[in-house]
Amino acid sequence: MVFFKTQEETLLPKIRLSHLQKAFGHKKVLAGVDLDVYPGESLVIIGGSGTGKSVTLKCILGLLTPDSGKIEIDGQDIATLPRKEREKATAHIGMLFQNAALFDSLSVWENVAFALLQNKKTSRTEAKKLALQKLAQVGLKKDVADLYPADLSGGMKKRVGLARAIATNPDIIFFDEPTTGLDPIMSDVINDLIVSTVKNLGATALTITHDMKSARKIADRIAMLHEGKIIWMGTVKELDKTKNPYVKQFIAGSAEGPIKMEIKADKA
Amino acid sequence: MRLRNTGFIAFITLIGHVLLNFFRATGELCLFLGETIYHCLTPPFYGKALLRQLIEIGFYSLPVVALTTLFAGMVIALQTYTGFSQFSAEGAVAMVVLVAVTRELAPVMAGLMVAGRIGASMAAEIGTMRVTEQIDALSTLSTNPFKYLIAPRVLAGIVMVPVLVFIGDILGICGGYMIGVYKLDFNASTYLINTWEYLKPMDVISGLTKAAVFGFIITALGCYNGYHSKGGAQGVGQATTNAVVSASILILIFNYILTELFFNV
Ligand SMILES: Nc1ncnc2c1ncn2[C@@H]1O[C@H](COP(=O)(O)OP(=O)(O)OP(=O)(O)O)[C@@H](O)[C@H]1O
Ligand SMILES: [Mg+2]
Repeated sequence: MVFFKTQEETLLPKIRLSHLQKAFGHKKVLAGVDLDVYPGESLVIIGGSGTGKSVTLKCILGLLTPDSGKIEIDGQDIATLPRKEREKATAHIGMLFQNAALFDSLSVWENVAFALLQNKKTSRTEAKKLALQKLAQVGLKKDVADLYPADLSGGMKKRVGLARAIATNPDIIFFDEPTTGLDPIMSDVINDLIVSTVKNLGATALTITHDMKSARKIADRIAMLHEGKIIWMGTVKELDKTKNPYVKQFIAGSAEGPIKMEIKADKA
Repeated sequence: MRLRNTGFIAFITLIGHVLLNFFRATGELCLFLGETIYHCLTPPFYGKALLRQLIEIGFYSLPVVALTTLFAGMVIALQTYTGFSQFSAEGAVAMVVLVAVTRELAPVMAGLMVAGRIGASMAAEIGTMRVTEQIDALSTLSTNPFKYLIAPRVLAGIVMVPVLVFIGDILGICGGYMIGVYKLDFNASTYLINTWEYLKPMDVISGLTKAAVFGFIITALGCYNGYHSKGGAQGVGQATTNAVVSASILILIFNYILTELFFNV
């Protein structure tokens, strides 16, 4: 879905970050992130390792408290809401963690059906059926369902985490590197799944990835995070035409360019 | 002169740092305890998680607690006999075993054993969940970690440690009886009558109250240290050690305070 400028201005963003800042000790990670994500849109955030992409998602989810700045979900400033309301607002967000973060005391299907089992509206058999269905969507067979997370490979864990994130049909979904550690074919299956989730459920998706092929496939818009700020934003078409040297270096995957990797030890 | 001055300032800074850290940690712990108590008392309750913890604490700690209290009762009987043998040993041994076991030995021994077993495993389990982001994942699945992880553990501790101590009371007294009758050749029925006569409900009740407090201390500190652990395997290890050490120290301190309160000396 591509938005025209005028439409963008009238449409209420699903998520709006204004001047989000976060530091850990003396280390400034987010230095004023401004970002609008529109309903039904799939936005991809790219950027170097350690630039604060995961931290941004955790701030929106309320897992980290930003030092300053505003986070609005459906036009509501999260920080000013009382605790119960805030939990309600973020409860509709599904999240795939970078390291999957599966509950290792529960079996695979119990992980996927966790939210369903907790709210007690669905029976166990029904929840299991739904979990198997979600597992099938991420390309996992029935016999995986009764295994425990410790028995899975890295890529399988990722897919179980993905199934868990979409199990409750949330209207906002965050994917933290959904295709990392997957083979190219499975990556494409997952890309398709993300695209169809956004299309079929009308969900708003915010995806972090280093995988440019995946980004091109799933993104309506792409934003690049560098040194704690969004330095570029545009559609996939604009991505190929951009003259921004940072973006060009990133998509070319070149070591030469304005983004300097700190591979030399700092002079003391 | 200059050197001394900077040394002095460094010293003051150090004291400041230590104090600030101490107050920050205390404040953090108090907030954590407040939140824990709030979530123990308000729904939703996770029955299955609670049941699992009741079994984990009550059933699986039983062998350790049984052994320690049994031997504690036995050794008290023996010691009392060597000390009091000149006087009317039979009455003295029965009474000392009874008082020592119900008031002090069973609660403190069981408390320390459970701290080593349960406090450590809670800190390790919750700590691992913290560093692998499982606790973060819980909140994104609209489940409050305090309700799902911490409240069941703390409730189970408050309920189950007194049960363990009650069993420990019985076993400790049995240990004393065994030594008294089979080793020291006391008359079995006299020993039992003496025990029954000296049995005061207050001794048992005070011991069980202590046990409930210890149960809270052990589980709350285990959860607190796990919940605030950071930095991978090493952090989890550190949390485990802290949980056991701090719980053990607090058990001994609170044992003293509660004794003063109960017996008003
Ligand atoms: N809880 C934390 N405590 C201290 N520092 C943190 C914490 N979480 C993240 N950081 C720091 O914040 C920076 C950004 O981390 P983040 O995980 O957001 O990176 P990222 O952009 O997701 O990188 P990657 O692509 O490698 O996942 C890192 O330098 C990290 O050291
Ligand atoms: Mg990350």
